[in-house]
Amino acid sequence: MATNILPMLPIILPFFAGVIMLFMGKRPIPHRIVSAITSALMVGISAYSIYYVYKNGAMVTFISNWSAPFGISVVYDMVAALLVLTTSIILFFTVVYSFQSIGYEREKYYYYPMVMFMITGIIGAFTTGDIFNMFVFFEVFLLASYVLITLGNRKIQLQEGFKYFVVNVVSSNFFLIGLAYLYSITGSLNMADIQIKLSNYDGNLAVMTLVAVVFIFVFATKAGLFPLYFWMPGSYNAPPIPIIALFGALLTKVGIYAIARTFSLFFQHDVGYTHQVLLLLALLTIIVGCIGALAYTDMKMVIIYNIMIAVGVIVVGFAMMDEVGSIGAMYYLIHDMIIKGALFLLVGFIIYRTGKNNSEDIGGLINSHPVVGWTFFIAALSLAGVPPLPGFYGKLFIVESAFLNDHVIAAIIVLLSSLIVLFSIMKLFINVFFREPREGLELRDIKSDKLLFSAVGLVVVSIVFGLSADFLYPVFEMAAESFFDPSSYSNYLMEVE
Amino acid sequence: MKSTLKRAGYSKVQRQMNDVFIQFTGRVIFLIILLFSVNMFLAGHYEPGGGFVGGLLAASAVILLLIAFDFETVRKMIPINFHLIISIGLFLAIAVPTALYFFGVPFFTHQHTYIDVPIFGEVALHTAVAFDIGVFMTVAGTALLIVSLVGGMDD
Repeated sequence: MATNILPMLPIILPFFAGVIMLFMGKRPIPHRIVSAITSALMVGISAYSIYYVYKNGAMVTFISNWSAPFGISVVYDMVAALLVLTTSIILFFTVVYSFQSIGYEREKYYYYPMVMFMITGIIGAFTTGDIFNMFVFFEVFLLASYVLITLGNRKIQLQEGFKYFVVNVVSSNFFLIGLAYLYSITGSLNMADIQIKLSNYDGNLAVMTLVAVVFIFVFATKAGLFPLYFWMPGSYNAPPIPIIALFGALLTKVGIYAIARTFSLFFQHDVGYTHQVLLLLALLTIIVGCIGALAYTDMKMVIIYNIMIAVGVIVVGFAMMDEVGSIGAMYYLIHDMIIKGALFLLVGFIIYRTGKNNSEDIGGLINSHPVVGWTFFIAALSLAGVPPLPGFYGKLFIVESAFLNDHVIAAIIVLLSSLIVLFSIMKLFINVFFREPREGLELRDIKSDKLLFSAVGLVVVSIVFGLSADFLYPVFEMAAESFFDPSSYSNYLMEVE
Repeated sequence: MKSTLKRAGYSKVQRQMNDVFIQFTGRVIFLIILLFSVNMFLAGHYEPGGGFVGGLLAASAVILLLIAFDFETVRKMIPINFHLIISIGLFLAIAVPTALYFFGVPFFTHQHTYIDVPIFGEVALHTAVAFDIGVFMTVAGTALLIVSLVGGMDD
């Protein structure tokens, strides 16, 4: 069990692929082949891992064979398994999408290796069982993302990239400070060990609230929660579409994952305060996101503000910290990663085809692109949460949990936000695909088979995910268990001792 | 950079600097720093030091040469591609821990053995050294690449 390579493989593979591509030098075509093969392999491996975890429980490996509370452990539980599979699927489709959209120059300057290093960091942050190691992996994917956001040297990219860099460096420093507090209080960095120590301690733990506030600050910055979202709309608007798709689908979700993990494991003593703050921030995020989504007609901006709404909804689910809420939040998290990736890829196709960012400038595309149009329609319904599609189930559980916990206002805000999501995205749909075509709108002649393959592919993944919700329920129940019942996460430590 | 300086009237900056003292001592100190960096690197197994510090020291030795001479001369002295160094270093850093699975132990678990070498006697062979060489090369290569790129020298 301890020497099982499976939990390490999703971290090793993209790193290896990146290094191999560095050896190849500036040759885009081999880069494409390597990255496509690697991401396809990762999809297969992580899908098998889910089956394996479902049958045998969480996979744990102790790096360097140092046993658990002392060394770094990699805990590949169901949450990690689901997130890794989703990451791999999005990676695969985005890499295929990049072939025809990112541009030869960017491909030459190590675009694919940087994507692979970023994925290494993201998957590492998902799977590690050590909070300091999580910080390290945060840095790994942030470093790669600094490169990706500025790759290409356009003015807007440098400007927004610098903002992104400063914000993240500051919040990473606070992460380190928070870790130092945590270590000085508990004397451990292993998340399971900290959980056991804190739950067995019956003295006053008021000081942990301070750590909770520092952690809220850090992860709210990474996830784009309410007062600290200011960098997000600008920074996510700057780079080319495939990079935005990766950022929007994956990076903010790492922040949410970190919030869910730390708040379920560490901050259980004063739930009335910490989780209320979290809930309040989440609701404010939803409201600000709604305002943004209504205010813009720029396609990228609308979807970026929709990311904020989704972040808020997921955090509402996690702030409840009961079974129903955790299942809903987990399901909605996975759903949102897939559908945000799909929407960015679809919008990207429209932008590449028409050369316009603003939906007001486009019209009547349904005649030339009926498939894209109706795929966009399905993706929009899925985002808003119309029943057979996956958005519905997640929101159902989250709202149910909010009502059960007497947070009626939260539930109503979440419900109303779906209406606004539907409105904002339908506004795009009607502007772009119906109406009379605008004057001077010319469709560019671009190669688009791979663009369409990945955009439609991701929507199909989302539909399949929605239709198999019933079949997947036990999997998500297992995943949510480590949130609403933290001791199930730290069980592996008991087996060691 | 150069044109800005030129416009400001610093045309002398363009000229090759020929400081005999720094060139002569640089050549000597270069070797001393390199030896010290190897010493640091090997000390890192039991004492403070290791691949990271060693790599930085090795890079600083080359940077000293860059200060003393110009880039072309240093390029002739040390005809290495920095990209390749980084690639090899990263490759060692990921391949060695992965290869350890063949010993039936988890990721990163080090393995060692002792062999008899004619003159030196018993010598320890350790997989951690191979990993650390990877770190050494990555750090040195990255530092040099950054300096050469920021210095405006295109490779």
